Amino acid sequence: MRNTFSETLYECAKADPMIYIVVADISPAGSMANFQHEYPDRFLNVGVAEQSMIGIAAGLALKGCRPFAYTIATFSLYRPFEMVRDDLCYQNLPVTVVGMGAGVIYSTLGGTHHTMEDIAVAGAIPNMQIIAPCDPLETIEATRHCALQSKGPVYLRIGKAGEPHLTENAVDPWEFGKIRYIRRGDDVCILTYGVLTKMAAEVADSLEAQGKSVSLVSCHTVKPLDRKGIEAALASHKHVIVIEENVPQGGLAAQTKQIAWDTQATCRLDTFTLRDEFIHNYGSYDDLLDAHGISQAKILAAVA
Amino acid sequence: MTMNFRSNTYDAGAARDRCRKYRKRILEVSQQVQALHIGGAFSCTEIVDTIYHGLMRRHGTNPGSPDTFLMSKGHGCMIQYVILEDLGVLTRHDLDLYCKPGGVLGCHPDYGVPGIEASTGSLGHGLSMALGMAYADKTQGKDGNVYCVLSDGEVQEGSTWEATMMASSFGVSNLIAFMDNNDFQSLGRTHETHPSFYPVIDKYVAFGWEAVECDGHDPGAIHDAVANREGGKPLMVVCKTTKGKGVSYMENVPMWHYRAPNKEELEQAIREIDGAAA
Repeated sequence: MRNTFSETLYECAKADPMIYIVVADISPAGSMANFQHEYPDRFLNVGVAEQSMIGIAAGLALKGCRPFAYTIATFSLYRPFEMVRDDLCYQNLPVTVVGMGAGVIYSTLGGTHHTMEDIAVAGAIPNMQIIAPCDPLETIEATRHCALQSKGPVYLRIGKAGEPHLTENAVDPWEFGKIRYIRRGDDVCILTYGVLTKMAAEVADSLEAQGKSVSLVSCHTVKPLDRKGIEAALASHKHVIVIEENVPQGGLAAQTKQIAWDTQATCRLDTFTLRDEFIHNYGSYDDLLDAHGISQAKILAAVA
Repeated sequence: MTMNFRSNTYDAGAARDRCRKYRKRILEVSQQVQALHIGGAFSCTEIVDTIYHGLMRRHGTNPGSPDTFLMSKGHGCMIQYVILEDLGVLTRHDLDLYCKPGGVLGCHPDYGVPGIEASTGSLGHGLSMALGMAYADKTQGKDGNVYCVLSDGEVQEGSTWEATMMASSFGVSNLIAFMDNNDFQSLGRTHETHPSFYPVIDKYVAFGWEAVECDGHDPGAIHDAVANREGGKPLMVVCKTTKGKGVSYMENVPMWHYRAPNKEELEQAIREIDGAAA
């Protein structure tokens, strides 16, 4: 996703001289070298100074530019939180805060490098929009959307590297603010977003092997959430499963439950999220998710 | 360097007259509503007056300017409001509704209000935004200066030092900052509570800024500090000021950070401000 983000932003910057990227000593690989080489004025490395990264991005936006602020998710959102809130959200400026390696992807770096509650934190701020693409193809769409939009701030939550393509044959096109059926079935509907969509797809495969007809939905725009789309998914499936890399509060699972209550949904609803606990384990990404009950085997056992 | 500020024949006498008028206007507003920061506004009255009337370029009667002003010490915005009123950017009606339902002006400047270029109030945000604005002007080929007024207390914010550290590296010679160095913060005199804060000017020089010190209540000195700069670097003008300047019982008295005078106090304040003209 990092490389795809970088290539896409480079393409956008070629076409639009108002696109800037402000990084805090962490740069996306790939085409960012071309960006930096060809547009050195529009590539700012502020050093290890994330508060100023956001403030500078706000200043650029106040002058009509459309900057991206980029670093590891925990440092792009938590460290400069008040700058994100006041400078970007309160002033409603079109700045994209890129949270790279979000969730527990940095599985060997320890809890200081995890963003388990970024969706809840970013989603709590008025004016903030959240996009979490599920694969490199959605990352292209999301990055283009962010580069072109002038509505307000976006938290763009991306993974790291090596994510597979999941949406080449998706039923629906990518559209900001709309949930997207990657595949469409009748019995079970899996709602998910971000890097975890790969595991959700494997769960869908297993359920299909059991003879069920399964929908797999990318809820890439986590805010504003497509409430009508979720409502329809709840109404048209007997069983809805939410799989989410966020704490139980403030994310897709909590909101889906709220929508289910509000609309008196009658389907079965199971949610799988990170727990409201820090992780002190190390290992692979899958190992860390498993520590909080998120694995294909555990999900399949729970939804049987 | 080329002159890209308003005037090099700055009338400091006229500035003093304006500042008396502005202080009295702030006192007038203080009788409408008790919520305002008089001390911090009086401490930077000459600084903000000099920026608007002596430095920022304007075209005829058009308040539009290629230059930008950002009040990082947002609580000092009362002086900005009365100047914007004087320039016709804000109306008397706007100030009549200060801090009242239906009004647009509060105790801190709000982006979107005419003449307000950024929302501030939480300290330590302004310099980074000003740096971003200056950088945008520079890289978009616009000849714009960005003027930013900081309190000395907010210079203690780590975020201010982040911006201070990198401004020179980014070559923003169009960033001109003023420190309202009244040596006061909530819990005491800065030179007593944080003696190592001083000498503060050296710290800017160490980070690659041009830095000068001047009497922050002398409009001519403030103007000349900018007009006579060497250029090529961001500029910090450390303005030595007195909190509550102009009214004896307010000067250096912390209570006047956020308090409005009663009728007797108001009369005395106006007598003293007018008396300074004699």
